[in-house]
Amino acid sequence: MAITSFIERIFSKDKSAKSVAKDRLKLVLMQDRASIPGHILEQMRKDILQVVSRYLEIDESALDLNLEKADGSVALTANIPIKRVLPETTASTPK
Amino acid sequence: MSETSRVIVVTSGKGGVGKTTTTANVGMALAGLGEKVALMDADIGLRNLDLALGLENRIVYDIVDVVEGRAKLRQALIRDKRNQNLALLPAAQTRDKSAVTPAQMKQVITDLKEEGFTFILIDCPAGIEQGFVNATAGANEAIVVTNPEMASVRDADRIIGLLEAQDLRDPMLIVNRLRVKMVKSMEMLGVEDVQEVLGSGVHLLGIVPDDESIITSANRGEPASLNLESLAGQAYRNIALRLKGEQVPFMDLEEKTGFMDKLRKIFSARK
Repeated sequence: MAITSFIERIFSKDKSAKSVAKDRLKLVLMQDRASIPGHILEQMRKDILQVVSRYLEIDESALDLNLEKADGSVALTANIPIKRVLPETTASTPK
Repeated sequence: MSETSRVIVVTSGKGGVGKTTTTANVGMALAGLGEKVALMDADIGLRNLDLALGLENRIVYDIVDVVEGRAKLRQALIRDKRNQNLALLPAAQTRDKSAVTPAQMKQVITDLKEEGFTFILIDCPAGIEQGFVNATAGANEAIVVTNPEMASVRDADRIIGLLEAQDLRDPMLIVNRLRVKMVKSMEMLGVEDVQEVLGSGVHLLGIVPDDESIITSANRGEPASLNLESLAGQAYRNIALRLKGEQVPFMDLEEKTGFMDKLRKIFSARK
């Protein structure tokens, strides 16, 4: 690296290629490590549906299960539209 | 049969990071330390380890010939004339990965152990498919080779996960093609960066600088580890020593680069 670009970097406060690479790598590895194969996600979706529908009547077709990547973290989010709450007698008895 | 045989797969996920060169050089360095070393080229269909060792003209039989019964293991093994401790079991060039099964690979390794080899190094093909499964099948330990470069480190991370699934935990790491000057000027990932990103599950086995002598020696079919004068040669020897359990400090590449550069200048000026 030329001295001029070194000086430029100090004054422009640009991050070095090294630290940019490291930050990008950390993020992509976190995403890679948290990625779930499609068939596992589908199985999980079914399992969640089964458990939730013991207590709630839900709109199964509108269930939305996603892995979301934001702000340097990965989250599993589920959006489950509820039609009604099942009465307590029917609740807790598996379908 | 050697009770102490160590079966180590050399892998990386990504192609072109220097797996084959590493296998050849670490194998040669181990042989130089008196170990009986068998190098197995598991990259069936894309044979290259023979070239790295300069043994390409001596191949008669290959691993598929052994597995399919056309040749005995001893007939297929090529003894290196520079160091009789070293032998190569070449890959087939005309077949593909499906020519060998994991069970057959395990059998070949068992037979190599019976031949008395103390180190069996397996050069794994790039990728995560059948070739990877074959190459890791009979291994007890793993070396992951990576370059200090994003795609390579990412693939190394993936491979570390897959090795774990094959019960090859806590692999050893070789950071290959390090450009000391670029790391110093903050332009390239350093060894510490690579280690930090990959996590504590990997153990640093060695650092190999991006040394021109590796290219020239590969062209001549003489592994760089034969030349202990070269920086790369020393790096490979240190790796071999660490594999044998010795505590060898990591080279101060910065200082050595300067010194070697000066030496090189002196010699090139003389020519």
